[in-house]
Amino acid sequence: MSAAAEETVAAPPRRRLRLALWLLTRSFSSMLGLFLVTGIVVLALIGPWIVPYPDDVAGGVNLANKLQPPSRAHWFGTDEVGNDILTRVIVGARVSLLVGIGITFAAAAIGVPLGILAGLAGGRLREAIMRFTDLFLSVPGLVLAIALVAALGPGIGNAMVALILVWWPGYVRLAESKALSIREEPFIEAARVAGASRARILRRHVLPNSISPLIVKMSMDIGQAILAVASLGFIGLGAKPPTPEWGAMISIARGYLPEWWWYAMAPGVFIYLAVLGFNLLGDGLRDILDPRSNRG
Amino acid sequence: MTALVEIRDFRLSFDTFDGTAQVLDGINLTLNAGDTLGIVGETGCGKSVLARSLLALNPSPPARIVSGEIRFRGDDILRLPERGMRKLRGRAISMVFQDPASYLNPLLSVGTQMEDAIRGQDAAAGARARPRHAARALAAVLLAAVGLPEPARLLDSHPHQLSGGMRQRVLIAMALAGEPALLVADEPTTALDVTVQAQVLALIARLVADRGLALMLISHDLGVVAASCARVAVMYAGTVVEEAPTTELLARPLHPYARGLIAAVPDLDRPDHRPQGIPGSIPGLIAPPTGCRFHPRCPAATHRCRTEKPLPRALLPGRAVACHHAVP
Amino acid sequence: MIGYVLRRIGLAGLMLFGLVCLTFVIANVAPSDPAALAAGPDAGRSQIERVRRDYGLDRPLPEQFLRYLSDLARGDFGRSITTGRSVGTDLSRYFPATLELVILAMLLGVLFGVPLGVLSALRKDGPADQVTRIFAVSGIALPPFWFGLLLQLAFATWLGLLPTSGRISVFTEPPPAITGLLLVDSLLRGNWALFHEALSHIILPAIVLSLPCMASILRVNRSEMVEALRTDYVTAARAHGVTPWRIVMVHALKNAMLPTLAIIGLRWGWMMSSTVLVETVFDWPGIGLYAVSSAIAGDFKPVMGVTLIVGLNFMVANLIVDLLYGVLDPRLRRA
Repeated sequence: MSAAAEETVAAPPRRRLRLALWLLTRSFSSMLGLFLVTGIVVLALIGPWIVPYPDDVAGGVNLANKLQPPSRAHWFGTDEVGNDILTRVIVGARVSLLVGIGITFAAAAIGVPLGILAGLAGGRLREAIMRFTDLFLSVPGLVLAIALVAALGPGIGNAMVALILVWWPGYVRLAESKALSIREEPFIEAARVAGASRARILRRHVLPNSISPLIVKMSMDIGQAILAVASLGFIGLGAKPPTPEWGAMISIARGYLPEWWWYAMAPGVFIYLAVLGFNLLGDGLRDILDPRSNRG
Repeated sequence: MTALVEIRDFRLSFDTFDGTAQVLDGINLTLNAGDTLGIVGETGCGKSVLARSLLALNPSPPARIVSGEIRFRGDDILRLPERGMRKLRGRAISMVFQDPASYLNPLLSVGTQMEDAIRGQDAAAGARARPRHAARALAAVLLAAVGLPEPARLLDSHPHQLSGGMRQRVLIAMALAGEPALLVADEPTTALDVTVQAQVLALIARLVADRGLALMLISHDLGVVAASCARVAVMYAGTVVEEAPTTELLARPLHPYARGLIAAVPDLDRPDHRPQGIPGSIPGLIAPPTGCRFHPRCPAATHRCRTEKPLPRALLPGRAVACHHAVP
Repeated sequence: MIGYVLRRIGLAGLMLFGLVCLTFVIANVAPSDPAALAAGPDAGRSQIERVRRDYGLDRPLPEQFLRYLSDLARGDFGRSITTGRSVGTDLSRYFPATLELVILAMLLGVLFGVPLGVLSALRKDGPADQVTRIFAVSGIALPPFWFGLLLQLAFATWLGLLPTSGRISVFTEPPPAITGLLLVDSLLRGNWALFHEALSHIILPAIVLSLPCMASILRVNRSEMVEALRTDYVTAARAHGVTPWRIVMVHALKNAMLPTLAIIGLRWGWMMSSTVLVETVFDWPGIGLYAVSSAIAGDFKPVMGVTLIVGLNFMVANLIVDLLYGVLDPRLRRA
């Protein structure tokens, strides 16, 4: 997005919102992202009431019906104990979304206050917080998560804890850089000279200015957290069957390749679409809310 | 004889989210070989956009040419494809920019940037690009010509190692590489220290005289223009309101805006004489004032000014004024 | 410049120490009993206590930490329960396989990511740009383990073009290592058959591993190119008649490559960590597979060893990127 998007930064709120919406609707990829995210959220909300085989949610056993190919009765086929894969995948949306949102919000809840504190306090406190944060950023996420899960023991709860511990430092970095850059803005100096208190500066200037990049990052991170939980599920350190978690489903389905190949299809497509949705949405939001930042 | 540059009824707009901004609204200017023309006006009056139009450097979108023509030696360059335009850049028309710090590539050495320009101009002319060492030799000559010491060492340095004045000299040297007929200087001294400003202006004046260049000097500073240009065009909100020989305009401005502009210049010889500002501010160009674009700020505005756009009138020989009420 | 280099190296050394501390904390904060783990699942109470004494696990934590440090300094990462070998031996055995995979994947990522990013920037907001954007986000969104399974199904099972898994065929005797990288070793020995075999094995996992990397290089490079093409110095270069090719490929791209380089450094580390997924899918005998199988077996020392190795790699990659910055950016050279 060009000059128009950069204007949003300075424009008055009403016009800014209108411009943001216009830019969002103009971009095909952002709209696709919005559509996919809406789809996943709706599935997660009403999933248990629309699934064709509610009994299969908790993992009933119906061996007579096992490993059926896709058919009118079972769109995505059935798994090794005869459960309808469509049913389990839909219910899996709820698990993945909850876990993804949970990890992201918990990480933000830890990281953002620490980052703002570091950015506003400066000095030794800032050094201490940031060096501690760097420590966690010194090992790429997935390996650190595996090390943590190995220490805590496998399971979806521990996987979540591990991923929260992996994810919070990113938010410290983000909040710190925003708080720091805002501290140096001329208008903050003006506000300080005018006698505004620290709390007021925080509420009126730092938070509103950090909110756009925060929204963007959280949108992206929900997607990445869904992927990370599925990854841990796949290698056997996350959710355990019969929890209908997409990664764990693929892990089992792998044992039924290549003859019963369809078993692995639906969960994979759902992970892909969910992560794609959150990323496209985040990407589109970034173009609008935070056009000058880098993407990576 | 055909004029070097002839701008006729040139209109250009910017398409923005809020609507179409009519940035240039019917510009008429003529420049003969060897002429020096200054263009003055406040920030946002469209003078830089006009300058960039001569080299097709305005990004499009948002820029859109609405109507009119810019003839260079008789050929309309507005309709020239990019390939044809490239033949003119540097070789026929050259440009010097405002902030020399941001117009030089921070990662490339001065030599590389000059060689690339020289060899690019060769290629655009359809010739084989001269070898790098030949381009480098020419670059050294050019650097010496703009009064820079130790050209050979300078070629190996990077922009951050140079002072602002040196950077601007490098950019001027680059602009001379293709022996252009017209030099467009867009606020060439605005970003420089006052003492350096005078040096750079003197350099430009010398080069223009020695090489018989035509000069179009864009500035918001009347003093800068008065020092280097024989004629001045005053721009306001995308229109040329008055065009006159510099001395005559300074002595007796005819357009109310030109009068205001001159009254706003502080006079060092008369410190007791307070400069006068022009009340109001420049209008938005998406819905510009009807009629004369200056009328909301004009002390002499009448009903006619609000409804009818004034066309330039030749009130005196060599002078044109776009005002209903101006009298010679 | 020398001061800059020394400062960076010092910083990396500090980070390494922090990382060692971190692994120690993870190992000791864990609710599971390291002595019980080390003794194995079938050990009785007395056996566990013996292990505790043998390993010094009954000593106070600071003392244990010092011992951990001195062990690491000697290259002793402890012993793996599952393989029965020292973790150091295992790592040196598995690491070259991972390194080979990561290098190839990085080459693919850069080779495709950078040009596609440039192209996308030049066609900004056009249909090609939109398609590239969705491709790029897909590269990040595709679960690598699932995408790997799909490629196995398509190219190995259905088309029969490539082998499913492993580094070379189980019937092939691996040659004595020169560098440990099979592709390089086979070329050095002029063994084309082996080169072909190694290449056919590595190509699918390398593609899967490179996809997120390629995608993020593409995205960063695109947005940096868009920025660079809008700068004043590019306008000036156009005005002075520099050829469009030079402007894009040198004047703009050199500036866009600085942030791209930073992403390459980050991605190097992330790739090392994604190998846990890709190597699991393709049975690639590298440190990722080693970490996963050890983690599932509750074998803690190998996991810590891999964590340290990956962290070290990450640090070295970032250090190299920092130094390259100094080479590319003349403004840093002076500082």
